[in-house]
Amino acid sequence: MEPVRELKKQTDSRKALRITGAEAIIHCLLHEGVDLIYGYPGGAIMPLYDELYKFRDDLHHVLTRHEQGAVHAAQGYARVNGKVGVAVATSGPGATNLVTGLADAQIDSTPIVCITGQVPRHLLGSDAFQETDIIGISTPVTKWNYQVTKASEIPEIIAKAFYIAKSGRPGPVLIDITKNAQFDSLDFEYKPCKGVRSYTPVPEPDPQAIQQAADLINSAKKPYIVFGQGVILGHAEEELKALVEKSGIPAAWTILGLSAMDSDHPLNVGMVGMHGNYGPNVLTNECDVLIAIGMRFDDRVTGNLDTYAKQARIIHFEIDPAEVNKNVKVDVAVLGDARETLSLLLPKIEKKTHEAWLGEFRKKYEEEFKAVIERDLHPDKEGLTMGEVIAEINRASEHKAVIVTDVGQHQMVACRYAKFRQSKSNITSGGLGTMGFALPAAIGAKMGAEDREVVAIIGDGGYQMTIQELGTIFQTKAAVKIVVLNNNFLGMVRQWQELFFDRRYASTELVNPDFIKIAEGYHLRARKVEARKDLAEAVSEMIASKEAYFLEVTVEKEDNVFPMIPSGASVSDIRLK
Amino acid sequence: MENQWFTISVYSENHVGLLNRISGIFLKRHINIESLNVSKSEIENISKFTIVVYTTEHWTRHIVSQIEKQIEVIKAFYHTDDETIYQESALFKIASHLLFDERQIQNIIKDSNSQIVTVSRDFFVLAKTGRRHEIDEMYRDLEPFGIMQFVRSGRIAVTKSEMQISAILEKFHNATTE
Repeated sequence: MEPVRELKKQTDSRKALRITGAEAIIHCLLHEGVDLIYGYPGGAIMPLYDELYKFRDDLHHVLTRHEQGAVHAAQGYARVNGKVGVAVATSGPGATNLVTGLADAQIDSTPIVCITGQVPRHLLGSDAFQETDIIGISTPVTKWNYQVTKASEIPEIIAKAFYIAKSGRPGPVLIDITKNAQFDSLDFEYKPCKGVRSYTPVPEPDPQAIQQAADLINSAKKPYIVFGQGVILGHAEEELKALVEKSGIPAAWTILGLSAMDSDHPLNVGMVGMHGNYGPNVLTNECDVLIAIGMRFDDRVTGNLDTYAKQARIIHFEIDPAEVNKNVKVDVAVLGDARETLSLLLPKIEKKTHEAWLGEFRKKYEEEFKAVIERDLHPDKEGLTMGEVIAEINRASEHKAVIVTDVGQHQMVACRYAKFRQSKSNITSGGLGTMGFALPAAIGAKMGAEDREVVAIIGDGGYQMTIQELGTIFQTKAAVKIVVLNNNFLGMVRQWQELFFDRRYASTELVNPDFIKIAEGYHLRARKVEARKDLAEAVSEMIASKEAYFLEVTVEKEDNVFPMIPSGASVSDIRLK
Repeated sequence: MENQWFTISVYSENHVGLLNRISGIFLKRHINIESLNVSKSEIENISKFTIVVYTTEHWTRHIVSQIEKQIEVIKAFYHTDDETIYQESALFKIASHLLFDERQIQNIIKDSNSQIVTVSRDFFVLAKTGRRHEIDEMYRDLEPFGIMQFVRSGRIAVTKSEMQISAILEKFHNATTE
């Protein structure tokens, strides 16, 4: 591998090198600090794979079992460590299999770069074998995309791809590279992208808006903070904590904001949204100043917009100008990166406490505890609840694990009850609600944070959407802990059928295979728990395992997740049962 | 909020996929593009999209911020009809014998301030530039005599206020060459 290092040295010294497009792609990735990519080979991307073979000591490639697995793994990797995740696929079906992950990364602002092979330039538009218009297909679900048809374009375009993916509000970028561009040669020289003239990643904070925000906050009697993933993406966790502590303002989080603030912080009042906590939802309609930080007023957060925080003055800290006044009309918009704007705000904030107001959150929590939490965590019935499994994972992992969830009841329960002490520890498909996300995303998360415990919590439905990635776990020995909460139902849909469709359980009951045998078929340690007495010990065994471990827990078949804001209802009308 | 005519002006790089990206923004929100024109602008290598929509100001503002978010878009604006100077062009193809058989046609040509672009044995072509209602009027006047072909361009517009695109580009240039 000596020649490779020699080559890198030469490219570092900015001396043009005559190399193929495929090799240039690898040099670009190395220059961007990429050492791990996920992918699946095929005809149109073979020149790149041939180079990957030569560079295998410098750039590790993880072969997933499906391209969707590759893109979700890249997302999990990016979410856990903040670096750009990379996925590679061939043309046609390889490329289209990435689309769900692109859409997921777009709506959840995850920085990934996908590289797809494409038929040679001269065959474009001829309906050649495995030709598909992936640029056209991926346009609505990418922050940017581009088709490279000449080898000489590669360095500039890949540099631009990484810059766009990670700057400002992050997002997915797809670069489609024709086979001829991979085979042809170019004079390689790499210049990292420093800016694109038509693109302003981070708006400049307006001092006047910051002053207005500070004045509103300082004069508020019942101020309330709701923060989202913008805090995590903007590395503003410390600034948020300082703001909350200085101002004494209770703070709640959206599902993607989870883990940005210590779960046990006395001013952390819980989750907003459809299955969020009771107080944070109800009191949204009682606060006098609502301070939204790095969140986008998703409909799952706001419920009916006509009755959302109408009494409050609203301040919106936001990096993306298109999100301001999109769903909720705000009084003060503070554009910019959360870390920068909160740092500017902080010195202007008066030190205060809001004990009586905070007491209202505590009172609502007591109500929720009696009605919901107690029976979720300490049930008096025989069947296991999802909540008690999460509580055991909290205990065994000492609140230190990265929790990766799929979509559905288990996701809501996990987000409600999982405890965190470190940011970037909650990885879930929030905006898109992609079933099948968790297993591959957990693989990426484990590889992106090798020293951390990574626990994937998945329902029996979503698990079977990407179950093939057990093969990736077996082959790579990624020590992912997999917990399937099995109720033999597509539980969330069943819950809606029970509550809103007169219990007509249309196509939600699952006849499942023997998950233990499947896991064992992939040579994974596997265990099934059906009784409460075995749960704690099994979870402890799983967490203690140095290798991947599969734990299936049979949970109550027809439990519902509460509280719940029925679709289209107001946050005030959240139901406790 | 009531529906209104808005002219959206987009200054952008000349990038092959951008039209698709912009039209997707309308498609996703089920908003019809009433007319679309893409041309060069007053700045070298910068394209200008002129898009006309009939919708609420809320949606127009929303669409414009989504358009502006696209990487290759430098700046997008929206204006009401009062804030712009705008025109459309139309071509009418009409059978030549009507020029002689129908005296009224010559009056229509004169009154509408249109021009005869070409005349052949079988047909002649009228070009008309103006407001949409003027073109509609001319269409109504000519229709009874038979129009062989008709086409109207998208709206083109310039604003009364300044766009300051060059200032944006200059700021970027200065920031990156510092």
